[in-house]
Order: sequence, then C-alpha cells, then structure tokens
Amino acid sequence: MRYGAVTLWAALLAYPLVLYNQFYWDIGVGLLLAAITASAWNIVGGYAGQVSVGHAMFFGIGAYAPLLVYHLWKLPPVAGVPLAIGLSLALAVIIGVPTLRLKGHYFSMATIAIAELIRIFVGTWDLVGAAIGLQGPAVGRGWWDLTFRSEIPYYYIFLGVLAVLLSVTAVVERGRFGYYLRAIKAGERAARSLGVPVQQTKLKALMLSAAFTSVAGSLYAIKTGFIDPESGFGILVSVQMVIVAALGGAGTRLGPLVGALVLVPAQTAINTWFGGGGTGLTYILYGGIILVLARFEPGGLHELWHRAAPLLRRRARAA
Amino acid sequence: MLLLQVIVGGLLLGAVYALFSSGLTLIWGMMNFINFAHGEFVMLGMYVALVVVTWIGGGPAAFGLGAAFALFVLGVVVYLSLIRHVVRGPMLAQILSTFGLALLLRYSAFWIFSANFVSLPQTSLSGTVNLAGILMPVAQLVAGVVAITLTVALHLLLARTALGSRLLAVAEDRNAAMLMGIRPDRMQALAWGLSAGAAGIAGALMAIAYPWSPSVGETFGLTAFVVVALGGFGSVPGALYAGLIIGLIQALSAYWLGPVYKDIVVYALFAALLWLRPQGLLGRA
Repeated sequence: MRYGAVTLWAALLAYPLVLYNQFYWDIGVGLLLAAITASAWNIVGGYAGQVSVGHAMFFGIGAYAPLLVYHLWKLPPVAGVPLAIGLSLALAVIIGVPTLRLKGHYFSMATIAIAELIRIFVGTWDLVGAAIGLQGPAVGRGWWDLTFRSEIPYYYIFLGVLAVLLSVTAVVERGRFGYYLRAIKAGERAARSLGVPVQQTKLKALMLSAAFTSVAGSLYAIKTGFIDPESGFGILVSVQMVIVAALGGAGTRLGPLVGALVLVPAQTAINTWFGGGGTGLTYILYGGIILVLARFEPGGLHELWHRAAPLLRRRARAA
Repeated sequence: MLLLQVIVGGLLLGAVYALFSSGLTLIWGMMNFINFAHGEFVMLGMYVALVVVTWIGGGPAAFGLGAAFALFVLGVVVYLSLIRHVVRGPMLAQILSTFGLALLLRYSAFWIFSANFVSLPQTSLSGTVNLAGILMPVAQLVAGVVAITLTVALHLLLARTALGSRLLAVAEDRNAAMLMGIRPDRMQALAWGLSAGAAGIAGALMAIAYPWSPSVGETFGLTAFVVVALGGFGSVPGALYAGLIIGLIQALSAYWLGPVYKDIVVYALFAALLWLRPQGLLGRA
C-alpha cells in the first residue's frame, strides 16, 4: 500500500510533463477537481455516514465569491476565497444544526431541498448576475489574478490543495475525531451511549467538509473565469461528488481519488466519441454505474480490491 | 374572481401532487425507504401518455391506464431487481440506488425524447368550462378530480381491504407477517407497483393539462418530498391534505410574488418544517 501511494503521487506529479498536451491537461485538471470535491464530501458523507446530496451549496458559494469580489470591487478573485470559506462555514452551521438531527434519508432530502432553494434563489438575484451568472477578469492584470494561459499552473495548484486535503483527512482518520466519526456511522445511538458528542462531531465534520468544498468551488471559478447557478449550485454538482466518492470507496482516504481516476477519463472519452450529445450519455453512464455499485458492491472499488487482492495473490503464488 | 380562479387551479394541481406523493409515502411507510426516482416515475408517466396518444391514437382513458400499467410493471421490476437487494444494506447504497435510477431514467428520457418541452396533441379534454363565473380548463378539472378520487381509492384500499391489511402487516412487522402466512417480498413488490403506478397515472393526468420536458422529474420529486414531509411520512390521507395545501401555496405565491417564487416558497417551507417538526405537520412523533 505504501509503495502504491508513492507511485500514485509520483505519477500525479509527473503526469502533465509526460503527457505534454492540452487535451491531457484538461483531463488532469478535471480529475483533480473531482478528486478534491469528492474527498471534501467524503469527510462528512463517507467517514461520518451523513449522505449529503446538497454539497453544491458550498461549492457554489466558493465559486461565486471570487468572481463577485472581482465584479463588485475589481479585487483579485483570490481575495474572495477566505470570504467564501467564512460564508460556507456559517452556512454549514445554519443548516447543520437543524438538519444533522435528521437521520439517513431525511438528511439527504433536507440537503437536496436547501441546495435547490439556494440555486433557484441565486438564479433570481441580480447582484450575482441572476440566471446569467458572473465572469472573472478576461485578461489577467497581474499574476495575482491567477489567469494563466497554460493549464499546468492550475494543475499543480489543484494538486497542492488535494495533497493538503488528503493530509488533513489522514490526520482526522488517525485521531480521536476520526474514531468519533466512524462510531457515529456505525450506530448513532451506540456512539452516544459511549459518550461521543454526536451532534457536535457531525457539525464539525460538516464544517470541515464545507470549507474544503468551498475552496474547490473557488478553484473551479478562478480557473474557468465564469460561473452560473447551474454549474455552481446545480444538483448534478452534488451528485457527482457522491458518485466519485462512492465509486472509489466512501469513508476511505484514497477512495475519492481512485473514483476520479476512473470516472473522469471515462467521461472525457464519452464526450470525445459522441461529441456534443455526450453530456446526456455521461449521466446515463453515471446513473448506471451507481445503480450497479449500490446493487453489487456498496463498498466501492476499495472493498472490491480488498476482496480481490488476496485471491490474486494466492493465484500468483500458485503459478 | 381571478383570485378564486387561482385558488381553484392551485387545489386541482395540488390534487395531482397528492396522488403521486401518496405513492412516495406508501413506500416510506412500508419499508422506511425514500425513492429518489419517484419524480422520474411521474415524468415517465407523461411520456407514456404521449407515446400512447401519438402512436396508437388512444384517448384519455387509454393513455391513463397505459401509464398506470407501464409504471406499475416498472415499479415491480425495480423492486425485484434492485431495491430488494439494497434495502438491508448500508445507508449510502440505499440512497445511491434510487439516485442512480433517477439519473438513468432522466437522461435516458433526454436521449430519447430530447430536452424540448412537449405537450399532448388536442384531446377531447381541450377547452374550458365556466363554473359559476370561474373559467377552468377542462383538462385541469378532470386531472384534479380524477387524482383526488384515486388518492382516496388508494387510502381505502389500504385501510378497508384484506389486501391493504396484508400490506400494512408487512409494514408493521415483516417477521410477524411472515408467520401469518403473508409473503413480505410479494407485498413489497406490490407496494412498489402501486407507488409507481400512482406516479405514472398522475403523470398522465398532468400531461393533459401542462407541457413538460424530461427535467420535470426533479421538480416533482422534490415536491413529493415536501408533501410527504408536510403530511407525515407514511400517511396517505396526510399526503392528500398536504398535496392540496402545497398546490394552493404554490398558486398563491406565483400569483402574489411572481412565478419564479413558487418553488422558493415551497422549499423554504420544507426547510422550516424539517427544522421545527421533523415528523411532519400531521405526522406523529
């Protein structure tokens, strides 16, 4: 496993330099973004087992704030990142306190409804561009605007954020907080009877998750230089986080990254083969994948690997 | 007079909400399971109606029954091939299963029928009637009245018949029901069929009165959540009252605040409700 992780990181570091081409950089950046959002979701959705399907609300805030500070005051978009994190943390508390009392399906329903509420509201709010959305600086006024012509700087910024996020996840995993989260996932009542501060722990997990999801949204908006209600707050943004994490293995550290490694190239391949009509097909594929996953392999690729690896090893030894 | 017309229109639409929401609440009450693809079942009911009308040239009765039957079969198939296997699995798998189904159905509909809005061709239900000064489209009137009748019929089926007792027995205690000689799997498959069938016929009813596109499923799914949350999880009469209330609130907020606010008001109400009374307005704690 240790060698595997080192190889994975080495491959990710070398990737844009080895496959030196716009097409592969696009895939790489998309892949890292999917991995970041899914890993951020994973803290509350995977480890704590609170399946939020409304994380787009944090992603959207993260995406809108940088472009909004540019739009209103001509500040560099990066200045919006702390603002977005602050707003996301506040929102996490406001919606977390009531909704985290809800169990299972209720929590998912509540998060969907709140994210949709925000999406529709943003779509009617003129200050943030209503249905049309916001645009960033077309041409960078300096390096601080972070408008690079090449994808490579974005790639390494995204990779850096992913590394930080996964390190935080590793710390969480090993500490008392991580045990609390897993205890809550295994059974809330039992966790409470053992003295786990259930509500407080769930709220902390949601806040941590929201902050990183917001950063991911900011990265997306700064790179793309454009955001509208659908690509910021749309339900598919939330759904993608859940799918990517679940495919790789929800509640495992590298699961979301593995999910992104599989899903994003597959998505690009479909879009390339089928052209403009591919978008719908991508979601048919998404739907099919999670359906099959839920039916046959709810633990994701992670669990599949853990079951398959000993068999393969035995076969290798026998040969 | 216009206000009265808005109120009647809202209640008639609310009756259709009540019908498909009673399907969602039935599944929730039976097996503590939320079907995230329920709105897509409604959407499919609309397209089944369209297909029956344009290909076979059937009338309202034909496409209503066609949608109910097609979706009943789909519901049973979905239960037997998917839900049965995930219902005792982890929470994430339960949620993902119907979410995956929703995406699959919605984007297959995009693929087959394109994203354009469509409506049924002129039927015998076109035109308007004048009810004591209130002008109502016949289609809306028929949709609302049929929907209320069917919701009440579903309630009576559950509350007054032996079959309903068997369904409720499984909901109450699966093992005890098995000891009484009831097959839980069969009953739950039937519940899924009834649930999807209710959604399908509600879709067909809505298709005669309103235009639609494949993305309506998402809105209807959320509306059904709100109705079920308001009426109490698992209660068909609750869904009936709550459906009418939500239809009314939507119509009035569209009338007073503007059409874009109708969903905002309803979702905000939902959020407030989950905050204040997670068991539903009419539900028991």
